[in-house]
Amino acid sequence: MAVITAEDISKRYIIDHKRGKGSSSIKDALGEQIRKIFNGKKSPHQEAEHIEHEDFWALRDVNFSVEQGDRIGIVGHNGAGKSTLLKVLSKITEPTTGRIHIRGRIASLLEVGTGFHPELTGRENIFLNGAILGMTREEIRKQFDAIVDFGGIEKFLDTPVKRYSSGMYVRLGFAIAAHLDPEILIIDEVLAVGDAEFQKKSLGKMRDVSASGRTILFVSHNMTAVQALCNRTLYFERGRLIEQGETNQVVASYLSKISKTKLIREWNTPEEAPGNDLVRVKKIEILPEYVDNQIFIDVRTPFRVRFEYWNLMDKANLNLSLHMNSMTGECIFNVGTQSQSYSKGLISGECLVPGHFLNDGTYNVSMMIVKDTVTPLYNMEEGLIFDVADYRDGVAWYGKWPGYVRPQLKFHTEMMEENILND
Amino acid sequence: MKTHEVVIESGRSEKNYWRDLWKNRELLYILSMRDISVRYKQTILGTSWSLIRPLITMMIMFFVFSKVAKLKGDPGIPYPLMILAGLTIWTFFSNSFTQISTSITANSNLVTKVYFPRLIMPLSSSVVSFIDFLVALGLFVVLTIWYQFWPDWHILFLPFFIILALLASFAFGLIFAVLNVKFRDIGQLIPFIVQIGFYACPIAYSSRLVEENAGEWWHPIYYLNPMVGIIDGFKWSLLGDKAFFNPNSVINSVVVIGIFLFISIYFFRKRENSFVDDI
Repeated sequence: MAVITAEDISKRYIIDHKRGKGSSSIKDALGEQIRKIFNGKKSPHQEAEHIEHEDFWALRDVNFSVEQGDRIGIVGHNGAGKSTLLKVLSKITEPTTGRIHIRGRIASLLEVGTGFHPELTGRENIFLNGAILGMTREEIRKQFDAIVDFGGIEKFLDTPVKRYSSGMYVRLGFAIAAHLDPEILIIDEVLAVGDAEFQKKSLGKMRDVSASGRTILFVSHNMTAVQALCNRTLYFERGRLIEQGETNQVVASYLSKISKTKLIREWNTPEEAPGNDLVRVKKIEILPEYVDNQIFIDVRTPFRVRFEYWNLMDKANLNLSLHMNSMTGECIFNVGTQSQSYSKGLISGECLVPGHFLNDGTYNVSMMIVKDTVTPLYNMEEGLIFDVADYRDGVAWYGKWPGYVRPQLKFHTEMMEENILND
Repeated sequence: MKTHEVVIESGRSEKNYWRDLWKNRELLYILSMRDISVRYKQTILGTSWSLIRPLITMMIMFFVFSKVAKLKGDPGIPYPLMILAGLTIWTFFSNSFTQISTSITANSNLVTKVYFPRLIMPLSSSVVSFIDFLVALGLFVVLTIWYQFWPDWHILFLPFFIILALLASFAFGLIFAVLNVKFRDIGQLIPFIVQIGFYACPIAYSSRLVEENAGEWWHPIYYLNPMVGIIDGFKWSLLGDKAFFNPNSVINSVVVIGIFLFISIYFFRKRENSFVDDI
């Protein structure tokens, strides 16, 4: 039985672009209204300070249905309309057109600790937040000990939450939400906060919730979590639902889409290519050797970084130096080629980065052309930016795997002595 | 178990809105409790502030209007009592009106993240003003004992005027609350309106003085103000026949408030589903 049926949902926002001077709000609105009433047209003055309205469709013709017990992942870039959809479903804002039919009690968790008041104590905020999320006082009282226990804040129950650390604040917020008992639960990106330990706990809780047959809608940028939790996934792009279906398939096409365009940069002639009078870059490319017929790079995928450049000098001793950087700017590794003598012409270089080496994340490759092993001729910074997706097998934990590299090193445990307790 | 069904559509207002509102009464209670308990946190005098403020205002007004300006009160009624009665009901109205007007914007963190009937917010802010009003009324009782001034049967009408003042604060507050979501100019306007209202209402003076100018051009305009009837009626209920009271002014109040209340609830209901887009 379908618990949510959405038909042709669209949501339009009107963005004002102000032209000319003047920044008043009520003045413009009132002025326009009054003029409309009295003479039905705009004054020349108004024309000069005209406000241009532009339509922005946060959601466009969205159709889907959710069955009882479905765990729906919602993925897409920032601004794709995911959060707007959740707001429409939770009745926070109404759709511009379309119709949604919902069967069952719905609770939405768009933020951790909604309505927490900094001056109130943890105890008072549990009741406040619980009531805001739609629990009765009786329900909260029943769950109170479980909430306190889950959040791990026993000692600070009577401390105002403004004195809480941000971690405690989030834990308390999630603990309350985790004890909601709705038939349909809507969750937005709550896992983006809190430490790894707590993320693990919250994902575990969400599994329990879904195991009990309740329906979940879950927006996240954490593909590992989506893959672990959700059986179906909706993929949004610029307000449109462009793909829906079985999670692994949709996540794969989402991941391939976000990394596809970035895997090659190429220039046809030396005139337009980046570089200088000595060397010019023709091409930088990443060539993955996909496993399992995948179409995106994950932690298992080996790939080659290929680099081509024009040497414009008659004769020179050149070598390449490749830097792999994290998005925060740290260099993860640097490898160089042997220096070799080249005459004028097109030169290529290729470096193989093995699978099971880089951790999941976003990386950029920069390439430096060096003369006589000491003089950098040209440094192509941020040559290519690419993503490495997560992949785990046989691990029940979905938090962010720490570290820049994730090598598979030989590591084993063994039983040394049995039954040490009954001797 | 009955399944809970909801249809979301543009412009569709909740079919069971008022029942929904009633179901959310616990939320109303908790939001009110939040506002009350947060109110005097980190103050030394705490709740006594709600006594100190009206008491000092009353003393200053007594000094300025009775001693310096030498305005005549109603004969047979101690001037401080007359002021405090008017001040009590006016403060109730103006606080409630101000709080209601800013209730949506003050709770914007809730508006953008959860759904509940939005009317809960203005309702909970009026509860806080009502508690303050009860404290101030207690102060008035103490003062009547001090002056050995006993109320008579008129006091039976007191609840009527209190409810009327509350409705008046909704009638005007809700419209401003909606406008304030989009135009923050309203926030600037409200203290100004309250200040004008203070002089346009018979608080520091008696309507008897207004009545003495019955021939003046502004006289009918003065009575357009629905608060005049409420304040005079409130004083009359507490202080008896000696307090000046023109029953016609109450009829006027009821009509004006009724019309505005209808318009403002309609306006509020129409706009409440899109508060989040404008806030």
